[in-house]
Amino acid sequence: MNQTREPKTDSNLEKILAAGHLAVTSECGPPRGSDADLIKKKAEIIKNHVDAINITDNQTSVTRLCSLASCIHLKLMGLEPVLQMVVRDRNRIAIQSDVLGAASFDIRNMLCLSGDHQKFGDSPQGQNVFDLDSMQLIQTVRRMRDEGKFLGGDEIKRPPKLFVGAAANPFADPFEIRVRRLAKKVAAGAEFIQTQCIYNIERFEEWMRQVRDRGLHEKVYILAGLTPLKSAGMAKYMKNRVPGMDVPDDVVKRMSGVPKDKQPDEGINICVESVQRLKEVEGVAGFHIMAIEWEEKVPEIVERGGLYPRPNP
Amino acid sequence: MIVAERKSIEEIIEYIKDRDKVLIVGCNECVTVCEAGGKKEVGVLASALRMYFMNQGKEIKIDEVTMERQCDHEYLEEIRNIVDQYQAIVSLACGVGVQFMSEKYFKTQVYPGVNTCFMGVTEERGVWSERCQGCGQCILATTGGICPVSRCAKRLLNGPCGGSSKGMCEIGGEVPCAWQIIIDKLTALGRLDDYEKLAPIKDWSKERAGGPRKVVREDVRQ
Repeated sequence: MNQTREPKTDSNLEKILAAGHLAVTSECGPPRGSDADLIKKKAEIIKNHVDAINITDNQTSVTRLCSLASCIHLKLMGLEPVLQMVVRDRNRIAIQSDVLGAASFDIRNMLCLSGDHQKFGDSPQGQNVFDLDSMQLIQTVRRMRDEGKFLGGDEIKRPPKLFVGAAANPFADPFEIRVRRLAKKVAAGAEFIQTQCIYNIERFEEWMRQVRDRGLHEKVYILAGLTPLKSAGMAKYMKNRVPGMDVPDDVVKRMSGVPKDKQPDEGINICVESVQRLKEVEGVAGFHIMAIEWEEKVPEIVERGGLYPRPNP
Repeated sequence: MIVAERKSIEEIIEYIKDRDKVLIVGCNECVTVCEAGGKKEVGVLASALRMYFMNQGKEIKIDEVTMERQCDHEYLEEIRNIVDQYQAIVSLACGVGVQFMSEKYFKTQVYPGVNTCFMGVTEERGVWSERCQGCGQCILATTGGICPVSRCAKRLLNGPCGGSSKGMCEIGGEVPCAWQIIIDKLTALGRLDDYEKLAPIKDWSKERAGGPRKVVREDVRQ
């Protein structure tokens, strides 16, 4: 159990973290259509094994059902969503408006992101916005919550009460600013961090050492990001094709070393072992399990990782 | 300089194919340096068009002239006496020159002969790249003299994003990551601590978002 802190919002996720429990979050991608049942079904599969569910915001710039509406569906099911918001598609008017919309449904968590460039998605010829960047989005939401003010200075009636998070990638380039960048996000007002998927455990532990040297683990809850590998092919793809992803050779070798039909099991084994090892790292406050289109495996990972049952906030 | 690219000859043919007399006007400034619209390019385009229309059995008279600049009244005035002889002008200046010409000679159709791309530099002969978007509020003092507005694909003022990989931007095409360069430069200056200062939310009203811009200097105005 980690050190306890005083929660500032009614977020269950924050309460669990503040009580010193290891938190568990996961994420669901909305469908490319208007059938909300698809997102509800994904949430049903994982709801008893996680404290909050991130809903991605047009990830990889592919147009999908919006994150806010998906979060509302989850909220109406009595679940705890984390609204992901990218600054690619919204100016400061739309951002603040969507934050208020989320708050009107008592959505209590938000993850502030830049967003992939639109080049990768279904609208490479579209404009992008980037009125704010992800750090400035963090600042904006904190200001709305803590000062009860819009960016323009006007007062907000019933300010949003959101627990504010950000992403961090311990493996991206340039390497020398990895911890400085986290410090900057904390200074901007990030209260929790969900990291990029971790496969290189040693390098992550080294990053955490540097994080602790600066005392950042005492200022922000760090949830270690994990994505189970489905196949050796996926491991190679992540290693070679996804920017900012560090998949060590021995992980690829381990996946390739088992027959194809056993590779999904091996991927889950690696993920469970990662949970078990990272639980012991000082400053790791929980886990963010991103089982991409593989939500049915989240309960197994959580249970075998010794993170079940989930505490009541 | 303003960097432009030549339009395809097919596009220009499409503009002028129904005209009898056309003037092609080059510019001696930026578009000469980036080899898109100087005297040489005017000559090449005029010859190519003459040849095309001759092969088509069409008679179109195509004349050439290259001005010192197309963004100043005094040079644009040089064609006032001849402009009425032409049904159309193809300007190989940047979009600024095309428009100033079009405004000045209101009864004449002016077609663009280039695509105006950006404000940039000559990296080497034949390679030009962007350096400035004229955001109207220069922040280079805080970013080691490297501009994230024009050189980061997401215009991040507190970058880099997660897509920076081995010094390159996630959008590919050999685009360097501006934030990698900024960090390298701050490191070289011994000022990497400056990286941790949060860049404030930008006032984009000085940029395109604020509408067409104008600079007025009363002290030099006549």
